[in-house]
Amino acid sequence: MKRLLSLIIGLLAVCGLLAYTSQSLEKSSGSTGSKVLNLYNWGDYIDPNLLTKFQRETGYHVNVETFDSNEAMYTKINQGGTHYDLAVPSEYMVSKMKRAHLLQPLDKSRLTGWGNFDQQFLNQSFDRGNRYSMPYFWGTLGIVYNDKMVKASEVQHWDDLWSPKFRDKIMLIDSARDIMGMSLVTLHKSMNTTDPQTLLAAEKRLNTLAPNVKAVVADEIKMYMIQDEAPLAVDWSGEAAEMLAGNSHLHYVVPREGSNLWFDNLVIPKTAQHYNAIYAFLNFMSEPKNAAQNAEYIGYATPNKKAKALLPKSVRDDQEFYPDQKTVDHLQVYRDLAPNIVELYNDRYLEFKMHH
Amino acid sequence: MRAVTKRRTWLYFIPYGLWLALFVVAPVALIIYQSFFDLGHHFTLGNYSTYFQSATYLKMTLNSVWYAFLITLFTGLISYPTAYFLHQLKHRQFWLLLVILPTWINILLKAYAFIGIFSQAGLANQFLTFIGIGPQQILFTNASFIFVATYIQIPFMILPIYNSIDDLNPAFVNASRDLGASNWQTFRRVIFPLTLPGVKAGVQAVFIPSLSLFMLTRLIGGNKVITLGTAIEEHFLTTMNWGMGSTIGVILIVAMIIVMTLTGDKKPKGGAPR
Repeated sequence: MKRLLSLIIGLLAVCGLLAYTSQSLEKSSGSTGSKVLNLYNWGDYIDPNLLTKFQRETGYHVNVETFDSNEAMYTKINQGGTHYDLAVPSEYMVSKMKRAHLLQPLDKSRLTGWGNFDQQFLNQSFDRGNRYSMPYFWGTLGIVYNDKMVKASEVQHWDDLWSPKFRDKIMLIDSARDIMGMSLVTLHKSMNTTDPQTLLAAEKRLNTLAPNVKAVVADEIKMYMIQDEAPLAVDWSGEAAEMLAGNSHLHYVVPREGSNLWFDNLVIPKTAQHYNAIYAFLNFMSEPKNAAQNAEYIGYATPNKKAKALLPKSVRDDQEFYPDQKTVDHLQVYRDLAPNIVELYNDRYLEFKMHH
Repeated sequence: MRAVTKRRTWLYFIPYGLWLALFVVAPVALIIYQSFFDLGHHFTLGNYSTYFQSATYLKMTLNSVWYAFLITLFTGLISYPTAYFLHQLKHRQFWLLLVILPTWINILLKAYAFIGIFSQAGLANQFLTFIGIGPQQILFTNASFIFVATYIQIPFMILPIYNSIDDLNPAFVNASRDLGASNWQTFRRVIFPLTLPGVKAGVQAVFIPSLSLFMLTRLIGGNKVITLGTAIEEHFLTTMNWGMGSTIGVILIVAMIIVMTLTGDKKPKGGAPR
């Protein structure tokens, strides 16, 4: 009994000490008080050095909280009780949040870096006139291949994946919209189709791919591809960038006939409180030098034209991540579909997964 | 005097009662409540009719039950002899600790460890290459999924069986031998029936969680094994159709109740007579 009591007292003392230390550390870094900015971001989606630089320049301390899916972020902001000043939803989620009245319009008069952005990435269908959103990064969906096992010429198009020589060789990213979308492109249909018959056809088409599919996985795809576990994968450009950094035999292709063009965007949720900090941050992040530094750190494509000009030539001219105009013209942005259509995509996709 | 003790007893129940109400009854009630709403937040029975009319969901349910059954079966086949053997050992507490140890490690970490072992360049394939068979595709197969799930569940089966073997009065076994029963007869007629409650508890502890495993189906099974857990995850995280997700949740709860009833004790056994 005595030993138990001393154990409990000991544990409490350690906890108290830890709490005190962490609090005093937080105080010294200034995360409490009004000079803060609460950023709700994807995991590892900003160069931490930029956050330090931002604090040095403006005095605002950035608290970063992370999420791992658009839907999780939506649910959390929608349910209230949070105080995020900025969030980073993807394009279809921007429309969804807009419709749910979860966003506040941007005050363009307070934004200094708007002219730095490439016009072709502004004024998109998900947010006409960019009333609510500032593009953060953009990217594509494509094929990652390992040149030890697959020749570049063998995988230039989505249809190539259906080739019988790739039996049990392909890893797919576990995302209904993207995999169904890929199938729709091979059927020459829109990736935003709402027609149940077309979606059924897309599922049938996917079912014929099943023998070639080795696995349907998520983040682990990166690890598998780096370790040569599979020669082919269908994944997003951002994920591909990380894979390529980890294995020099890997390459990324965006099929010319069409693919998805996605955007992650900075938005101000209804819960925002620190407006001076928000605009200071948006302006800071749209400065070409900072945006370029961030793009180099993350490896995604920046929509900031002047920042792109600052990137090393090898990155700027990289067809894999900054595809040529002709390819970009064929890319399709996901529209926010009605919940019952989203359901339809997922049901069809689930049946494909059951099938393989 | 008696009334006071009775009131005291009630007081002791308060923490547990609160816990039960807040963390068991309320969530289950919420799930049942949610399962009656469609995407537009209208009251409906549609989720249930969708479920029972969809070949996909029914097949998925069958899949879940089948895999959970296989996992439980293999876990049982390995655990019973192990528990029996452990019980004969000298330093049993130590060996038992070694059995329990892996449960202290997060299931995700264990899954990732198996990815390392089973991958093309992993230990298992190195061994296969060494003995001349050559590398095989081990990951993303049904067998590897069942293997890893069984590995993870084994401690939860060994413990209750071990305890019931521990409770077994050795006098019964000796008596059976004295009366001329063979080893097999002793086991079949005496030891096994008396340790059956442990097996049942183990089946409950293994079968029910196995019904809704979903991280393993993706990490080890590569989504080649689709169980109800996969569907629930998708409904809550992707389609945001909480109604349908809850409906599947309710189905799982019902399945659990069925398993509990089938494996439950019909008459009170053991313990002090009241």
